[in-house]
Amino acid sequence: MKEMIKMVVVLTILSVTSGGSLAFLREKTQDRIEKQQLKFVKGPAILAVLQNVGNDPTESYFKLNPGTKDERSFFVGMVDGKEKFVAFESSGKGFGGDIGLMIGVDLETDQIAGVGVTTHAETPGLGARAKTEKEFTDQFKGKPLTETFKIKNDGGQIDALSGATVTSRGVTEGVTQAGIVYKELKPQILDGLKTLKK
Amino acid sequence: MAKTIVQEFTKGLWSEIPPFRLVLGLCPTLALTKSVENGFGMGVALTFVLVCSNVLIAALRNVIPSKVRIACFIIVVATFVIIVELMMQAYTYSLYEKMGIFIPLIVVNCIPLGRAEAFASKNGIVRSAMDGLGMGIGYTLSLSTLAAFRELFGTGAITLYEKPIQIMGPSFEPFSFLVEAPGAFVALGLMLCVMNLLGKK
Repeated sequence: MKEMIKMVVVLTILSVTSGGSLAFLREKTQDRIEKQQLKFVKGPAILAVLQNVGNDPTESYFKLNPGTKDERSFFVGMVDGKEKFVAFESSGKGFGGDIGLMIGVDLETDQIAGVGVTTHAETPGLGARAKTEKEFTDQFKGKPLTETFKIKNDGGQIDALSGATVTSRGVTEGVTQAGIVYKELKPQILDGLKTLKK
Repeated sequence: MAKTIVQEFTKGLWSEIPPFRLVLGLCPTLALTKSVENGFGMGVALTFVLVCSNVLIAALRNVIPSKVRIACFIIVVATFVIIVELMMQAYTYSLYEKMGIFIPLIVVNCIPLGRAEAFASKNGIVRSAMDGLGMGIGYTLSLSTLAAFRELFGTGAITLYEKPIQIMGPSFEPFSFLVEAPGAFVALGLMLCVMNLLGKK
């Protein structure tokens, strides 16, 4: 009996110490890891949707609703010293799970500056082409983000990738969703731009 | 039987060098030796885990009940592995991306658990630290050597700080079989053969 209590006590203390110290370390490294992910994972996607900007959007960004599950980061693209574009993330349901999207939008005209796929689990050679085939994502360019996007099969304006209807539908849904979020948050985004450190 | 502290350290470098003599920890040895950078990174990560877990387990060896010792060892090893993982994510993200799943897999690597069970649970802190350090450095050297061999003959260049340095001349035809997965087995076999020849009296 005594031995059993000792086993339980030792294992409990060990697990609690281990869990506690890891939680502490995670807290300490979180910001840095986020920055690294920005640079290596999201960075290329952001640069792809915000072309011809004069600054590094991965360096100038702000967050809305931090700490909640609605937390969103907005990456700012400057042209001639003025904040002209923001890029933010959205997602749509694809064939193999969520498709992560990066949407760039022109703040003055509300037009889409670019759409890029960040993470996905679509079928290679079919749905995965959403990430590599620029002709597909370029269809969104210049259209007002406030529109509802649909593929042509569903009576919309976007040509679906052949053989990847579900993926294409997921991307259009994600962009539409981004439009709803953008409409809702625009005043806050404009406020957020002021807090941005130069 | 009784070894000096220096001997505890040096045994990991030659007579008990992990992948070649003990033939342990082969999964990363085969998978992460495509480039010197990966092999070296894996070695350093493992050395850190090994030294820390050996020291902690040696310090706790009289407290840990023998019936649950394996569970305790795994908790200790896993904790340090996650520390390494977080640190790599924070400071060397590109290396972390390349090594991917193999960092968390150190937990089930035979070396840290094997050293904990066979050595640290029976010896003092200093000796365990030396044992871990020796084994870790031995592992790093083996992985780096194997990786250098594979990368040099497989691609004709050695990658350091993400910059490939061309070593072979322009007329060198890369033997790309060596950087493929089956090449890893052949290269490892050749290394084992050389080790055995050198060790033969």
